[in-house]
Amino acid sequence: MSIPSNSAPQSGSSKWNRKRKLTDWAIDGFLILFGVMMVLPLLMLVANAFKTPQELVSWPPTFIPNNPTLDNLTAVLNDTPLLLWMFNSFAFATLSTIAILATSAIAGYVLGKFKYRSLNIIFLIILATAIVPFEVYMIPLYFQVQSLGMLNSLWGLLIGYLVMSFGIFLIRQNVIHSVPDELLEAARIDGAGELWIFFFIVVPLLRSALGALAVLAFFQAWTAFAWPLIVATTRESYTIEVGLALFQTGFTVDLGKLSAASAIVLIPSVTLFVLLRKNFVEGVAGTGLKE
Amino acid sequence: MLKRKRLLFAIAAILPTLAIFFWVRIIPIGEILRLSVHKWDLLSRNKPFIGLENFRELFADHLFWEALRNTSIIAFGVLLLTIPTAMVISALIYHRTKSRFAGFYETSVFIPHVASLVPAAMAWKWIFDARLGPLNAFLGMFGIQPQAWLFDPTLSLISIIILCSWQALGYAVIIYLVGFKNLPNSLFEAARLDGASAPQSFWFISMPMLKPITLYVSVVTLVSAFNVYAQVFVLASDAQGAPGRQVRVLVLDMLENAFRNYRVGYAASEAVVLLAIVLVLTFIQFTLLREKGARS
Repeated sequence: MSIPSNSAPQSGSSKWNRKRKLTDWAIDGFLILFGVMMVLPLLMLVANAFKTPQELVSWPPTFIPNNPTLDNLTAVLNDTPLLLWMFNSFAFATLSTIAILATSAIAGYVLGKFKYRSLNIIFLIILATAIVPFEVYMIPLYFQVQSLGMLNSLWGLLIGYLVMSFGIFLIRQNVIHSVPDELLEAARIDGAGELWIFFFIVVPLLRSALGALAVLAFFQAWTAFAWPLIVATTRESYTIEVGLALFQTGFTVDLGKLSAASAIVLIPSVTLFVLLRKNFVEGVAGTGLKE
Repeated sequence: MLKRKRLLFAIAAILPTLAIFFWVRIIPIGEILRLSVHKWDLLSRNKPFIGLENFRELFADHLFWEALRNTSIIAFGVLLLTIPTAMVISALIYHRTKSRFAGFYETSVFIPHVASLVPAAMAWKWIFDARLGPLNAFLGMFGIQPQAWLFDPTLSLISIIILCSWQALGYAVIIYLVGFKNLPNSLFEAARLDGASAPQSFWFISMPMLKPITLYVSVVTLVSAFNVYAQVFVLASDAQGAPGRQVRVLVLDMLENAFRNYRVGYAASEAVVLLAIVLVLTFIQFTLLREKGARS
């Protein structure tokens, strides 16, 4: 199964070839079906957003709305500050991405290119804490945010997502592999300052790694749940995930409105992902190279 | 002179990041360990040291055991469902890399992994809905009686496992694809010349060669499943027309103890147990990897 399809068959018999083609078609058919099944729950959710209340409770459930309506969308936008929650999430994710990119780029560069023993120890500590899940230490972190008086604010949210151990690791690996020492030395001999070297030589060489990290960081914050749930507890400060999760527990909420709200959230983030797929896959695949 | 300048730059450049890192990672991790051996009820001013009393109480707490049991069932259920599926699907996608649909395969499998947790969980909540959900409608076509997916104790765990596996699959597939791409081609050529069929070379060559990847993906999947929370929060909460049975998981129990019962020290001891589980899993991964390295 794992034989690459480009390897030419050693026998020229057409029967063998035909059998091989049929197998490939069967595999394609299966994978297409499987792929559709994977996205079907989300597609059905989006379809529900456009159904009338009668259709939503009809049995058996329909897949494509019979008379599409925008009532659910307008109702949910009137009932909830959905756009504000989306803005909160967007601002949180964007600021977190910027912070993670900045801290990872600088720390990754220094840890990758400067040879001091103390830096190795620092790197080991960063690696070791990467194993610890956020959920383990979020309660003390909550009290730290509280002592700063930053509960229910964007800044409070941000504190949990300023650094990413994996990001520092990823950039360090990239610095070691794709920033040649000779280039840095040549620049130093030419009299370039360290800051200039970092911004005009190192950062451009890290463009693709930073791109992958940016997508990872953005989606990590965008889909965060437990942390915003405890830190941002006023209706105005909810992120979209928390806002939606609490909205769905309300008693006057029906499936149409919920689906509409979900669709409004899903469509931009899934679209963004499809556009940035290459970056994202690269970033996630990088996490597998930890060993 | 130049050396000194470089050293100064290195220190100045890394210091801000280190300070942030120290403040948002090292301090809270230290605090959670410290709090776990103190009694702190949030409202009271003093935090007396009580040794392992929190842990003693925790291990006698039936709610904690229920949470630990549910979380473990979910984590291992997700593992058993995700890893074999990911292996087969990634092998098939890799085999069809040249197909014009290859981009679609990768994207469609991965979308659930990046879709926002809460909307995705809502989609499944509707699918599992006992009265209106398409799952019961589908099963009905085969004459199977409607099931109370989100209400029955066993079925609600199964529902959560399905939802979490659906989300975890894409990540595992991407990592396996990287693994497949790094396997030496010559091995498969040799196997094919020796007359091995495709499934044979999958079973006898790819699988053993991908063992480190399997270990890595398994640990990542297990660790993230042990931290399951949002999915349970949505699937198992009450909403109109969809009654849910609360499934107690570790993170939920921990947050409840800290913020509803105001027992922060007690919740901290629970976090330490979660940390211990994660460390043990990681340790097992490293030991197995080292064994493999020693043998080859």
